Amino acid sequence: MQRRLHIILFVVLSLALLLVSVADLMLGTTLIPLDDIWRVLAGESANLNYQKIILDLRLPKIVVALLAGAALAVSGLEMQTLFRNPLAGPYVLGINSGASLGVALFTLSAPVMGLVSGSLFMRIGLTGMAWIGSALILLMVMALSRKIKSVSTILIIGMMLGSAISAVVGVLQYMGSDESLKAFVVWTMGSLSTVTRGDIWVFAPAIILGLVLSVSVIKPLNMLLLGESYARTMGLHVTRSRLIIFLSTTLLAGSVTAFCGPIGFIGLAMPHLARLTFRTADHRVLLPATMLWGALSMVLCALLSDLVAHSSVVLPVNTITALLGVPIIIFVVIRNRNRQ
Amino acid sequence: MIELRDVTLAFGERRLIEHATTRFERGRVTALLGRNGTGKSTLLRAIASLGAVESGEIFIAGSSLTTIGARDLARHLAYVNTERVDVDTLSAHDLVAIGRSPYTDWLGRLTAEDENVVCDAMRVAGVEHLAARAVSTLSDGECQRVMIARALAQDAEVLLLDEPTSFLDLPNRYELCRLLGELAHRDNKCIIFSTHELDIALSLADSVALVDTPNLIHLPTQQMIASGNIERLFDSDFVRFDAKIGAIRLK
Repeated sequence: MQRRLHIILFVVLSLALLLVSVADLMLGTTLIPLDDIWRVLAGESANLNYQKIILDLRLPKIVVALLAGAALAVSGLEMQTLFRNPLAGPYVLGINSGASLGVALFTLSAPVMGLVSGSLFMRIGLTGMAWIGSALILLMVMALSRKIKSVSTILIIGMMLGSAISAVVGVLQYMGSDESLKAFVVWTMGSLSTVTRGDIWVFAPAIILGLVLSVSVIKPLNMLLLGESYARTMGLHVTRSRLIIFLSTTLLAGSVTAFCGPIGFIGLAMPHLARLTFRTADHRVLLPATMLWGALSMVLCALLSDLVAHSSVVLPVNTITALLGVPIIIFVVIRNRNRQ
Repeated sequence: MIELRDVTLAFGERRLIEHATTRFERGRVTALLGRNGTGKSTLLRAIASLGAVESGEIFIAGSSLTTIGARDLARHLAYVNTERVDVDTLSAHDLVAIGRSPYTDWLGRLTAEDENVVCDAMRVAGVEHLAARAVSTLSDGECQRVMIARALAQDAEVLLLDEPTSFLDLPNRYELCRLLGELAHRDNKCIIFSTHELDIALSLADSVALVDTPNLIHLPTQQMIASGNIERLFDSDFVRFDAKIGAIRLK
């Protein structure tokens, strides 16, 4: 009975994902007919202009949106289970801010070090700094959550850490040069289209590794639903599992933040949407469901930001994710409150 | 089954039980008694390999806790505390099924045999009818019994229960006691449970372990009642232990 529901939902979500992706390939400042898209993708000779738009602009953006959405949502799911906190997520716990600090330090000092923006080395350095930044914040939150059991206290501390770091980033911006400052400000608005085809070769492997790691801890995540004492007495190596979850979330949230800027709400809201629709807590179902919801929501955001775009103006992704995510989160909070 | 050799337990800086040496056998129910904060829970956690051992060694089925693997230990020992699992979309059945973790593959898939064990565990604990319910909608008593079913699904010889009767009403308390007795005497399990309820402990348990800081006194129930230790620990200005009826009375 429940199994049938899951299969139907997986099929519906996958179809929706396909539909929105195709729509995203078609729509934009230039409308490209469906058969032309097919011809370009199949490698048949087509309008050169279309070929350029699809292969260099739209397809990379969709791939990035798919991966980024899945990554953020899964990192949120892992954090919610690990911290046993329904309101945990990369954005709320300050993981994004940590990555921002790394990126800020790097972008603002890159010109001083003589790095050319857009070079591969620059990209890897940026990503590395984002990983380090998010890893440090995650470590801090993990250490604190061992001492503090209160769900809301951890969230407040995460938000405070985020604010403090934003302030530090503000100071750094003040000291940076005009050019690097502009680059950084553009980055903070969050964008899926700044990732170039070359970038995908760094971005995709990092995200895929993070997702593979998350799949490898499906059983530990299920056991951790019952808390650490129970997980341990059921034979779980808690330290090892925590480490893998830590690596996975850092790779996922850190990489997305490095490449697309700080994107909020997807990580927090999509795991809830997966739980509400699939009505299960089993990560064997929940993890792929969360991936699908995350990918779908992100591709939808990309599509919306294209639709409202007027030639040169692009709506920042962050605006759309907030509009999409906030109602879901408010619903979850109210629901939890009613239960207690 | 469980052997403590010169075990000293500490909670932070504070030493709780010092140089305890005793054995807990299969086929018996042991009640763990003691005043608040004397280390009953800590002792159970120590046996479950959840820390607090400062010196000495604990053996389960002949192997030391320091050398036995986590998965092996989980096949010998199951643990239930009073912590409430409050997950929105987790069904009671799925929670009990997580108890099969020491036996399942890397994804935690249940075989037909695992599924049978889960059903049996739920039947024995009397929670079959709750299988489809979300654990967040269960009452404290129901939740407690589901957690016991989960421990049974672990199919371990040792069952440690930290204050299992605390959330239950009177009929459910005696029902639980009957279940623990049956598991020990019929299924030959080694059961240790901590409690504050002297009458339940003395009427149900085959032996009593009493935390008399810093000592652990472990005696068969009748000998414990006759020993005078219970009066010494529990008598106060207001209550008195009556060894004849095995219960505490108001003065």
